Amino acid sequence: MLDVLTGFVGELRRSGLPVSVTEAADAADAIRHLPLEDRQAIKYALGATLVKSSAHWRAFDTAFEVYFSMRGPQYAVSDDALSGQTDEDAAAGSGRGQGRGEGESGAGGLEMVSPEEIAAMLYKALRDGDQAMLGAVARLAVGRYAGMEPGRPVGGTYYLYRTLRNLDLDGVLAKLIGEARASVESGAGADAGDEAPVPGPILRGRELGHLTPLEERLLEDEYKARIDELRREIEAEIRRRLVADRGAEALAKSLRKPLPEDVDFMHATREELLVMRKAIQPLTRKLQARLARKRRHLRRGALDFRATMRHSLSYGGVPAEPRFRHPRPTKPEIFVIADISGSVAAFARFTLHLVHAIASQFSQVRSFVFIDGIDEVSQIFERSETVTEAVHRVNQEADVVWVDGHSDYGHALNVFYQRWGREVGPKTSIILLGDARSNYHSPEAWVVKELRHRARHVYWLNPEPRSYWGSGDSIIEHYAQFCDGVYECRNLRQLEAFVEHLV
Amino acid sequence: MTGDLLGQNPRFESVPEVRELLNSVGYLADDGLSGVVYLADRLAKPVLVEGPAGTGKTELAKAVASMTGARLIRLQCYEGIDEAKALYEWNYKKQLLRIQVEKGSAAWEQLEENIFSEEFLLTRPLLEAIRSPEPVVLLIDEVDRVEIETEALLLEILSDYQVSIPELGTIEATQIPMVFLTSNNTRELSEALKRRCLFLHLDYPTVERERAIVLAKVPDISEQLADQVARIVRSLRSLDLKKHPSISETLDWARTLVILGIESVDEETARSTLHLLLKYRSDIEAAAKELSAATAASTAPAP
Repeated sequence: MLDVLTGFVGELRRSGLPVSVTEAADAADAIRHLPLEDRQAIKYALGATLVKSSAHWRAFDTAFEVYFSMRGPQYAVSDDALSGQTDEDAAAGSGRGQGRGEGESGAGGLEMVSPEEIAAMLYKALRDGDQAMLGAVARLAVGRYAGMEPGRPVGGTYYLYRTLRNLDLDGVLAKLIGEARASVESGAGADAGDEAPVPGPILRGRELGHLTPLEERLLEDEYKARIDELRREIEAEIRRRLVADRGAEALAKSLRKPLPEDVDFMHATREELLVMRKAIQPLTRKLQARLARKRRHLRRGALDFRATMRHSLSYGGVPAEPRFRHPRPTKPEIFVIADISGSVAAFARFTLHLVHAIASQFSQVRSFVFIDGIDEVSQIFERSETVTEAVHRVNQEADVVWVDGHSDYGHALNVFYQRWGREVGPKTSIILLGDARSNYHSPEAWVVKELRHRARHVYWLNPEPRSYWGSGDSIIEHYAQFCDGVYECRNLRQLEAFVEHLV
Repeated sequence: MTGDLLGQNPRFESVPEVRELLNSVGYLADDGLSGVVYLADRLAKPVLVEGPAGTGKTELAKAVASMTGARLIRLQCYEGIDEAKALYEWNYKKQLLRIQVEKGSAAWEQLEENIFSEEFLLTRPLLEAIRSPEPVVLLIDEVDRVEIETEALLLEILSDYQVSIPELGTIEATQIPMVFLTSNNTRELSEALKRRCLFLHLDYPTVERERAIVLAKVPDISEQLADQVARIVRSLRSLDLKKHPSISETLDWARTLVILGIESVDEETARSTLHLLLKYRSDIEAAAKELSAATAASTAPAP
């Protein structure tokens, strides 16, 4: 057990979680107090001692599933005799006996259960919310559809995709809702008797009629929750098979993902972007709180001579207690000029989101987006209710294509200078976002130079690694000479650090 | 380890027992939560509870106190809290009086020894918790509000259950209290603090648990209504809102529905009582729109 634990702690460290020696010792101490056969108990014991931030839970979860997946007897998929037996135990009473044995032994490729049968089981499992059945469907579906090839060093994402595509979950969802609607309208569900034709209590005892939108919404959420459950089962099943195939350590390596704050903007997958979008909200909240606190702590302003003299009268004219002005820290005015062409779109989105979310820290925030044309989008942020919605709308509504929709920094900056250059004043900080890959167009760097003269600061944030700067069509150095600072900004962590510096 | 040193018996036998006990005082716990409480007792470690507002962090400490029959000592943290408010303070006035009384009669050394004795010590929550002879539960609420420097005050008491007072020496705990720290996560706590604690993240409960909570806490509510309440709240939490409804808000809502004599929630009722669940106008509008316009299967998440 200690070996497994050390390996596990090592894996957590490799995933970027800060696990100290004392914490590892605590974990070892903690599992002494718990029954070892209780996997769930071990999981929360390890979680409570090793993971000290909810943002890291996901990484912990993955590593745990990999390292401790094979230890329960009921999970030994590849061991036919054993699994046959335990499965029968588990199957007792849940009414999924038919076809089980064949399906299980078919892990290698022989499949006796037809796709129609799987679909029928899936439908029934989702409709009734039957946990055991969902697990069984997941196992069958993976065996049937994933097409796993032994020995390949993959993390299983593609297997998951293949399985889900074949199950057509969207279709099933639509069918389930359709049926619920029909059963309420026609009473068909009631005829089927006690077999819970519609999910549990939402519609139980309901008289016939039409589904109200609210009910439909609730039904849908219920089904979606069940489908998510199924997806987790499938993921777990694929993982179990991969561990059986290649061993925990190798799999953990393929599954290792950077923490949300370390994901590279430019190479984030869709899923990672989703996680980052979730991570940015607490991040802005924290930043907001920290900045507000910092501002409050700058207590002392310049010496207030009049007040000091007046106050000194009570000490007989001795200025015993100096008085200070209330500080009025200036709030900077921010102009964000962002490249939103494909390659750097994600980066621009996150930066716009962050800057607007803490807009109260600035006296004014104006945003401009460009590809080869440039457009002001500040009013979109003002009109939208949430920042997320605004960022979404920017992508659709901004008029940023001038000729061909390939980045042209020179033209965009030029137009910016003509149209809004006058509005840049000594209180303005300008933040330029982009990789400065201008497709060999003229850089027009004089614009940045001019802006530098007018504005308080000009910063450039580049989402590319520093080592790529200046290679190919990157013309960052033309602009860099006129900026107050050019920063590499590849992940949320760096972005956060910059914004804090800015305020 | 410290627990063994003091020869203190563990409070609980097993995880299910903790769960039963928590249930019996009206706090519905899941396995993870009761497991952490159990471990906190066994390892004699404080628990750092983190999570969104209104998920029962403070409530947990209260529940543990009442189920173990311990006294709850609460330290509410705020910005600018210091040693004198958290640990101990010398009773200056009493010290002065003493000096006045003994003026001229005693030698200074003796007097000094006298006025820095326990008689003149004012205990504040942290010191009180470890000096108390009867069992206590110490709750350090909203620890993320104190400055990072002030956190250091807590470290000694959290790891060794002792307090060093320069004039008196080290005061060790008479018994190991159970300690809960809560945090709303407005800032990252220091590594040193986190390392000393068990970590518990309390999130919004599942539908089943929330339904059970509603049933337990709201008298006279029908099972069907409780179920509906829990489901609607889950739907609301899946939306992109400024602030999601907390458990306490769910309970308020359920109570209101019962008082209004509503058996089953339809859109009209939901819309007219949404302000109990959501506290921002834009949230209420968004939610009302969402609840009455089912998105149907068309927007199901792509695989």
